[in-house]
Parts: sequence; C-alpha cells; structure tokens
Amino acid sequence: MLLRHTPEKIVERSALTINPAKTCQPVGAMYAALGVHKCLPHSHGSQGCCSYHRSALTRHYKEPVMATTSSFTEGASVFGGQANILEAINNVFNLYDPDIIAVHTTCLSEVIGDDLTQILNKAEGDGQIPRGKKVIHASTPSFKGSHITGFSNMTTSFVDHFAVNSGKKIKQINILPSFIEPSDMSEIKHIVEELEVKYVMLPDTSDVVNGPMDGKFRMYPKGGTTLESIKTMGDSITSFALGRTGAMAAAKLLDTKCKVPCDILDLPISLKATDVFVDAVRTAAGVPVPESLMLERGQYLDVMIDMNQYTAGKTVSLVGDPDMLVGMAAFCVENDMKVLHVISGTAPGPKFERRIKEICGEDVIVKSGAQADMFYFHQLIKNEKPDLVLGNTYCKYICRDEDIPLIRMGFPIYDRIGHSYFPVVGYRGGLRLLEKVLDVFMDRQDRDAKEEKFELVM
Amino acid sequence: MVEILEGRKTQVFEKGKDGFEISCGKASVAGSVSQRACVFCGSRVVLYPIADALHLIHGPIGCASYTWDIRGSMSSGPELHRMSFSTDLRENEVIYGGEKKLRAALVELIDEYRPKAAFVYSTCIVGIIGDDVGAVCASVAAEKGIPVLPVNSEGFKGTKKDGYRAACEAVFKLTGRDNLTPVSKFSINILGDFNLAGETWIIKEYYRRMGIEVVSCITGDGRVDEISRSHRAALNVVQCSGSMTYLAKMMKDTYGIPFKRVSYFGIEDMSAALYDVASFFEDDEINAATGKLVYDEVSTLLPMLAEYRRDLEGRKAAIYVGGSFKAFSLVKALRHLGMATVVVGSQTGSEEDYNYLKEITDEGTIICDDTNPLELSRFILEKGADLLIGGVKERPIAYKMGIAFCDHNHERKEALAGFEGMRNFAREVHDSVMSPVWKYSPARIAARKGEDE
Repeated sequence: MLLRHTPEKIVERSALTINPAKTCQPVGAMYAALGVHKCLPHSHGSQGCCSYHRSALTRHYKEPVMATTSSFTEGASVFGGQANILEAINNVFNLYDPDIIAVHTTCLSEVIGDDLTQILNKAEGDGQIPRGKKVIHASTPSFKGSHITGFSNMTTSFVDHFAVNSGKKIKQINILPSFIEPSDMSEIKHIVEELEVKYVMLPDTSDVVNGPMDGKFRMYPKGGTTLESIKTMGDSITSFALGRTGAMAAAKLLDTKCKVPCDILDLPISLKATDVFVDAVRTAAGVPVPESLMLERGQYLDVMIDMNQYTAGKTVSLVGDPDMLVGMAAFCVENDMKVLHVISGTAPGPKFERRIKEICGEDVIVKSGAQADMFYFHQLIKNEKPDLVLGNTYCKYICRDEDIPLIRMGFPIYDRIGHSYFPVVGYRGGLRLLEKVLDVFMDRQDRDAKEEKFELVM
Repeated sequence: MVEILEGRKTQVFEKGKDGFEISCGKASVAGSVSQRACVFCGSRVVLYPIADALHLIHGPIGCASYTWDIRGSMSSGPELHRMSFSTDLRENEVIYGGEKKLRAALVELIDEYRPKAAFVYSTCIVGIIGDDVGAVCASVAAEKGIPVLPVNSEGFKGTKKDGYRAACEAVFKLTGRDNLTPVSKFSINILGDFNLAGETWIIKEYYRRMGIEVVSCITGDGRVDEISRSHRAALNVVQCSGSMTYLAKMMKDTYGIPFKRVSYFGIEDMSAALYDVASFFEDDEINAATGKLVYDEVSTLLPMLAEYRRDLEGRKAAIYVGGSFKAFSLVKALRHLGMATVVVGSQTGSEEDYNYLKEITDEGTIICDDTNPLELSRFILEKGADLLIGGVKERPIAYKMGIAFCDHNHERKEALAGFEGMRNFAREVHDSVMSPVWKYSPARIAARKGEDE
C-alpha cells in the first residue's frame, strides 16, 4: 500500500498541500511558448526551474524540450536579474537563433521585483535585440494560480505583443485552446478545416511536441503558430476561447485590444460540446456542416448507443485541470455514467463549480484550489469508491491501492503513451475515449465474472 | 570543433587537440539550454530516500510537484518519502511571511504521520522573503520531540553541488544521537548510494557476505535511527563523490571516522571497492571472504559479458551524467563491452575529475562540463556515437538523432551497481544499440548508403 498513510477520515487542513493536483505557472507558460513557431521559451529565474519544467514536459511528451534560463545566482537575487536577462538575450540570439524569445518569470524574479517591461524596452532601445527578432514576456509567479494560469498568461502575452487591428477585416476565425495535448489541437484544426473555415490557432503545439523521428535533432520543429498569423488575429471576424480558465483571457484581450468579438466555449470534449463548437464555427463563418463531420458524429453516436449498457450507471471520479474537467464530466454524463467527485488544484472561480453542477447534478462533490489535492481526492474515494478514475499519472498510486481502473487524462502523463498522438476532443476523440472506457470496464467484467456468467459476445 | 557559446569555451576540450585547463563548478552561462538543476534539486535528491522522515517543501507548489517521487529510491519498509508535502506558498505569504504557515503545516504533518525526523527544504523565495526557517524548526522540534532540520537549499544560492552540501549539513545533525545500540568493530556506513532500483540492497549483501556490518545507508533505503548511530561505524565508504564526500569529511573531523571513495559501477571499480574496504579491516577472514566473493561474481559475469561484447565491439559511446565519478566508471565499463567513449561530460565535475577523465580516455575524446543539447547533439554527430548515456532530458535527443540510449540517472529501471548491475548495464546497452528499430533510422540508412558507395 503505497498510500497507506492516507486516512479515511477527512480532516480540515489549514496550511498544507499533500500530493498536489496542480503545478506552477512557468511550466504552462513554457508549453504555450513552444506552440509558437521558432519561439524559444526563456525562464527568468534560477536554473533549477527551467530544468524541472523541461524535465516535466520531456517526461510527458517523450520529446526534447528546449528552453533557456537566466541562471540566477545569489548576486542576481540581491541586485536584480537585469544583467542576466540581457546577457541571456545576447547569447540566445547568437547561438540558438530563434525568431522570438518568450520570457516567463518565476517566483524568484517576481519577488525581487525585476521590471521586465522596462528592461526589455531598454534592450530594444539600445539595439540589443537584433533586427526582426522579438522578445516578449509574461508574468508568471509560481505563488499565484497554476500551470493553467501560466499557459493563459503566456498566450495572452503573445496577443498583447503581436496582434494588431489593421482596420481591414479578414474572413478568418481565431481559436484559442486551453492547455490541451497536441493531438487535441490537431483534431480541432481538423474540424475547422472540414468546415472549410480559415483560422488562426494560438498556441498550436501539434508538430512541435509530437514530431516525427527523422534522424535530426531540431531546436525548432516545424509546427507552431507563426508570428505572421498571430499578427492577423486582430483582423479576424471572431475568436473562440475553448476553455474558460486557460483560454478566456487571451480572447478577451483580442476583444478589448483589437475589437474582435469573442465567444467563450467549453473544450469540445463530449458529443454535446463538440456540437456546440461546430455550430458556433458554422454560424460565425456562414458555412454548412459537411458530410464528413456528420459521419464522424454519427459513428461516435452509434457506439454510444451500441454500448450504452456497459457504461450505464457506472460511477467515476475526476481530477485534473478545470477546462478539461468540464469536458470529462460532460463526456461521462452523456454516456450515462455518474460523476462522484471533481477535484482541481487550480482555483478557477465560482463559475466552474456551477458549470460542473449543471452538468453532473447537485450531488457531485466539487473542490478546487487550496487543499484540493490528491490526498483529499483519495480520502473522497475511500469514502465512496468509484468504478473508474479519470486523471493524470499521479492517480496511479490511489488506483493501485484501491483497485480502481485508471484512464490517464490531463497533465502530466509520465507512464503511458498515446495522449500526444490521439485526441479526446471532437467526435473522433469522443469515440477514442469511449473505446478506452469500454475496454477498461469490459476487461474488468471478463476478469471478475463468474465462470457461468463469462460471456463470449459482449 | 562545433560552435560553442563564448563564455563556455573553457568548459569544452578535445583530448590531444586543446590545452587542458577546464573550468568547471561555475554557474551556467545565462541564456544557455543548461541541463543542470539548482541547489534545492541537489538537496532534495540526496535526502529524499530517507524513508521514515518527513520531507516538507517550504515554497510555492512547483518545487514539490516536480520532485514528487521522481527518483526510484526503494524502501524496504516505510514509504513516507514517496508522498509530496508542500506549504504551497501564495501571494499572501510572500507579502506577510510564511513562518505561520510552515509551523502549522509541520505540526499537522507530525501529528498525522509520527515521523522519526523532519526535513524542511527552503526554496528560492523563502530566502528572499526572509522566513526564519531555523527558528520554526527549533520550536517545533522542542514541542514534538523529534529532530526537525532546516535544509538551506534556496535554488539560486549556487549549483546542485551546493545543494548536496546543504543536505549533508542537515543529515549530519541526525548523527551522534545513539550511543547504546551495539555496533561491530567490522562496520561501515554506505554513503552516496540512493538505492535506485534496489542497488543499495545489492551492495549491502556483498558486505554481509564479507562479514562486515553496514550500520547505515546514507541515504538509500535510509532510516533515521540507523543514521543516529552511524557515527560509531569504523569506516565510511563513499560513492558518488560529488554528493556525500562533504558528509564524510564532517564525520571524520567530528568522530574521527576515516573514509574511502569508491564506485560500484563496472568490474574493476566494484572489485576495487570491496578489496579496499576489506584491506581497511586487516582481517584474514574478511580478506578471504572478499577474494572468494569477487572471484565467484566475476567468473559468472565475464562469460555473459563476452556474449554482449561480440555484438558491441567497436561501437562508440557518448556519456553525459550528473557526477563525474560515475563517468569514470562508465568509461571503464564500456571498455569491457568493446566500446570506446568519444564524448564525456558531467554537470558537476571538478578540475581534478576532468584531469582524471583525460587520463583514462582515448585521443580525440571530447570532454565537457555543463553542456547543452545543441552542443551535445553536434558532438555526437561529429564523433559518430552509437549510444548516449544520460538522464531524462538527454533521452529524447538521442532518440531523435537515431542513436541508442541508456538511462544512468534517476529513471534507471534496473540496478546498474554491483556485478549484477554490470550485467544489467551490458544487457541494456546491448538491447538498445542492437535494436532492430535503428534499421529504420534515417541517420543509419544514410550511413549505410555511405558505406556501400
């Protein structure tokens, strides 16, 4: 029993997080910056932060993850990190030659009070940034928000620095996804492409952190949103933020800064949420829904109906990030499963809880923010054991101890592959997720059925 | 030579070509994609295997998240070390101080888990906001009656090496507390082995067969009570020189315990370690048992290695690891497999270490301190390495380039120490280098074409 230390009785804790269900802002910022073409993330802090974030992303994607660091020393922490960032900019452009350096802060540089806007403006003024190259930054202190906040802040910073309203509208839409897998970003693009609508997606980590093996190590893989297309986002007809917590801020900024109206949708996980997304894009662009998408929808729906008896009434506990959780809950409910618990270390505000209850009903236990950690999640499970857990790799301790099947979703996933290649969004993602859920339930049924009840045809 | 950052030029050398005055132990150049971590990381990996202690990370959540059970340090008993405890500092504490929160967290944890001791790790901002962690620890220790030890591991206060030192200072405070439990005159402490994939158990078993008592393992499969009496062992045997030599020196100065530096990787180093320890005790029985042990183990091992060697002869390896001591052993171990080392580097080597590396490697070998992926990938290409030995961040680089990989870091899946570790190592290197998957690697296909023409 790995978690033999988890007691069943739930006690209020005042000051303590045990086995966190979140991580800090900079890793989200780093991931978002990887989704911009030829952009190198830069961590303004001690070198440990950068190393940890790269390790975390490398473990999750099994891909090289490149980022640089200001390598703070004791001196920098006393006198400020200005000299470090200037030296870093110089070194990075000389050696690694990115088009953009995306600087994110850390708790250290935030607390000592480095004013990056002023420092970077001065560097620009002094001609330290090569012609045509860009350096942007986002404030991402680890003591506020979570990795989702960091992802959102970095995406917003790209909009802030680059999107412009040229006064001439372009018939295209903006898509701002929350912190999701590259496979999910591809699938969203696929849907919009099937609808034959022109779009800009920011960020876009597909073909960056799920690239092919071609015998070369590349600092800058082929994917990522291009700087040119980010600039045009200010001229789009509308923006869709997919996920309130991770994507809304950037969409709102496009509205206030460039007068591009925005629509805040849930991530298109579940048939219903995908319908909503398809309908929103269709309406905005004035296009019909093609046969090809109807086919994908029909296939998912077909399997939902065929296999309904195997999911009906099953209970599920969910842990993860807010935008994903909304989708996961919707998926469970539309397949007639009952959601018992929804836990997020990220604190997304009261709307999140309302949304989850709208989807799952009033009985569901929802907790987010402080002390909404894996320890609490485990205690809930000890009090009411679900048939299935959906969550990240860290759930495996709980699931092993309690003998509950786990389907890995969210971040991080350190011990399985597939998440970066196969989606959970869209109709095809729904079908894949349902297949995974069914495999789990049916394998258990086969394992546990009495000999006389053991069925060949299921 | 490939292009190197101006500030790094003295950290990379090619044997036979360049003069040799490597500069090392310095902070990474700002703006490099350093593979290094921070002070906190150093302390955390060293202390974490003490399985019946509480490890509380005082700082924002990230530092706890990223170090939650990432190192496969096994425990034969309690597993409290595999939990992740954090004060999860928020803006409020950054402004008003985190001492209250720290105290509350410590009290809650100690009441709940009744650990034998507690370590409190300071992270970057704790050093900046000025929490008096020492005072909180002292007051909780007095109240709860267990040692509560501050670890001064603020990330920016140096390199990973400084973190090892902070860890040694903390763990040292656990020694010297038990003067009653009997300890044999033929006794040692194993320092600097972390029981990755059960390696401490292998080594401990060797010493048992030699007739030597292991008083404590610091820190692999570590226990607070064992460390409390570690000061009464006759000898400290230090592996992984980077992390624990400092503790050995402190114990020598305070308790007069001599120490020996050893490595448990590879045949020569493993045998030398056991003989070295045996010779210290000047005891015929121990000497005889050691001779027999080494003879038995090596004579089983060598024929197995020969099989692997047949396939691996003439292949080339690149090594990039944390500590340089490991690099020494790997260079020698690879030779047993017929493989030459063409690139070798470490995150934390000293000048002395690099000089030794220069002695044991062939002409033309690139020796580097604190390298980065771009450099590393170019070195590999230039020298035509077939295998990279490294850690988590190096693995995908090797794979993307289409060469084999062996994890000799936290994520090793098999024990690599001891004689059986050497066999595992050989098998792992063999399986990776000889994998049919490389037939489809573009780089190999291109190389084969080149040979045909």
